[in-house]
Amino acid sequence: MGKANNLKIRNVLITIVVIYIVLLIGPIAGFDIPNIYAQVAANPLQLVQFLIIGLANGAILSIIALGYTMVYGIIELVNFAHGDVYMIGVFTSLTVLSLTGTLDAKDPGRIILGLIFALVISIAVGAGLNAFIERVAYRRLRNSSRLAALISAIGVSFILENIGLIWAGQTWLVPLFGTTGGASQKSFPDLLGKIMAGYGLNVNLLANTGIKLTFNIKDALVLVLAAVMMTGLRLFVQNTKTGKAMRAVAQNRDASKMLGIDIDNVISTTFAIGGGLAGAAGLMAGLYNNTAWWFMGFRVGLESFTAAVLGGIGNITGGMLGGFLIGLLASFSDGYLNARWTHAWVFVILVLVLLFRPSGLLGEHVGEKA
Amino acid sequence: MLELKDVHTYYGNIHALKGISLKVNDGEIVTLIGSNGAGKTTTLRTIQGLLKPRSGSIKLDDLELHKLPSHQVATHGIAQSPEGRMIFPRMSVMENLEMGAYARSDKDGIGKDLDRVLTLFPRLRERIKQKGGTLSGGEQQMLAMARALMARPRILLLDEPSMGLAPILVDLIFETIVSINKEGTTILLVEQNALMALSIANRGYVLQTGEIILSDTSDNLRNNDEVQKSYLGVV
Repeated sequence: MGKANNLKIRNVLITIVVIYIVLLIGPIAGFDIPNIYAQVAANPLQLVQFLIIGLANGAILSIIALGYTMVYGIIELVNFAHGDVYMIGVFTSLTVLSLTGTLDAKDPGRIILGLIFALVISIAVGAGLNAFIERVAYRRLRNSSRLAALISAIGVSFILENIGLIWAGQTWLVPLFGTTGGASQKSFPDLLGKIMAGYGLNVNLLANTGIKLTFNIKDALVLVLAAVMMTGLRLFVQNTKTGKAMRAVAQNRDASKMLGIDIDNVISTTFAIGGGLAGAAGLMAGLYNNTAWWFMGFRVGLESFTAAVLGGIGNITGGMLGGFLIGLLASFSDGYLNARWTHAWVFVILVLVLLFRPSGLLGEHVGEKA
Repeated sequence: MLELKDVHTYYGNIHALKGISLKVNDGEIVTLIGSNGAGKTTTLRTIQGLLKPRSGSIKLDDLELHKLPSHQVATHGIAQSPEGRMIFPRMSVMENLEMGAYARSDKDGIGKDLDRVLTLFPRLRERIKQKGGTLSGGEQQMLAMARALMARPRILLLDEPSMGLAPILVDLIFETIVSINKEGTTILLVEQNALMALSIANRGYVLQTGEIILSDTSDNLRNNDEVQKSYLGVV
């Protein structure tokens, strides 16, 4: 009884502190309600515009969040290197596009072929890399304390970031990297715009329709690809033998062994699928945001990790939902509040979820494992 | 058919099995009885390959089971309904049963066995779409046994099938064990309810702190003074 009361008092106190902080730093961070109201009233269509941007960015976050959530679901490890696998995906696709001459191609058909090829390669590289990381950095730590594997994950993250840093300096490989060195942000050419222009079409799919909104070919591609991948993953996990084995291992490892499931194999597959999704997200994000940077995986990784926690880590539908919610939050914060504070808001969400609903929106309360 | 010879198993530094030797012949029901912590579950986990024996051998006919990785033991006809049931709580009853047949690929045979276990446990047919975690304790026990049967095992390991069940359900479970055995499945049964176990088993072993202290036919064990005093509650 007393314990429950203490918990209640603690929650009330935390709520007060959070409200105080929001009120205090909120206006600095652009949390200015009358001003926001005025903006919305002046241009309601803008709200829809931010919605579109939020959904597209959220789709990319969702795809990455799936990798976090699947791996956590199966071995209860937060794979902190996952965001950097995504970064490697961006660089892989950029390098493939450069090596195949797609970056300089004029013919739209040729660009489309190059993009498909880059997508396949970055999925393969992401999948292989993530499975390799599991094999060398996590497998032997599976039965040690969780902290050990977590520290190993952070180490892998540093290694990948440094690989990215070196990679971005290899101008002989990708002339586009220029002479500014590996640490600077690189541009990822807007190939989709080029394709549209090649066919004599407007990049904005809503141009000439009378609707005063921008719905780019980029938005469309990202949303369609994300929908295809999410549906595919869902069907795979629900219906295939391997998918069912993945769920079984996540729910009870010993029982799965007894039934003849090769645990190592299933865990490798899970990492490969997560890595493949991150690789695909790399190409999608490159085409959408038109940048490549060695450190981009850290930020996006934390954001999609937040998305996974928000949706309920371990829960695939939750990961997708969380990704879209964080994408929308970021887009509205960029638009109506203050872009510099967007990340702060994302982490406010993370802190609030961890404090008040650690199991996330769709997560189930799972007892401690015996 | 299944033979353990001088098996020693450790949990870290704890010497849990101190030289277990036992034998299960084709078509038998053999029971392992003993009090809490005697090593009954450890014996089953060792047979299944979840624990590796430090020395000794476990043979299924001529195959050395203790040398196989745990997931391959299942493919050689050993299935288990484990302690605590270990069903998959977020999978439907149907999916749980499908997982039971994971190591098999004969579609027709799997279909037949599905029909067989659902006839054996009609309650599961009623609950076929429900999530495993929403079943009652008795139903979960049925599901664990049915899932093990889906592997069409040569030898079925049952760990405390009566644990936590109402007496009427215990009777039902034991009747089912007998009928499974009559259909040709060899059974190694671990039980705390020694009276029930001895009433259906052909032979029994008595386990105490990791060692087998007695082994005999069920009838003889039931009449043994030591067993009566320690395990059957006869004063």
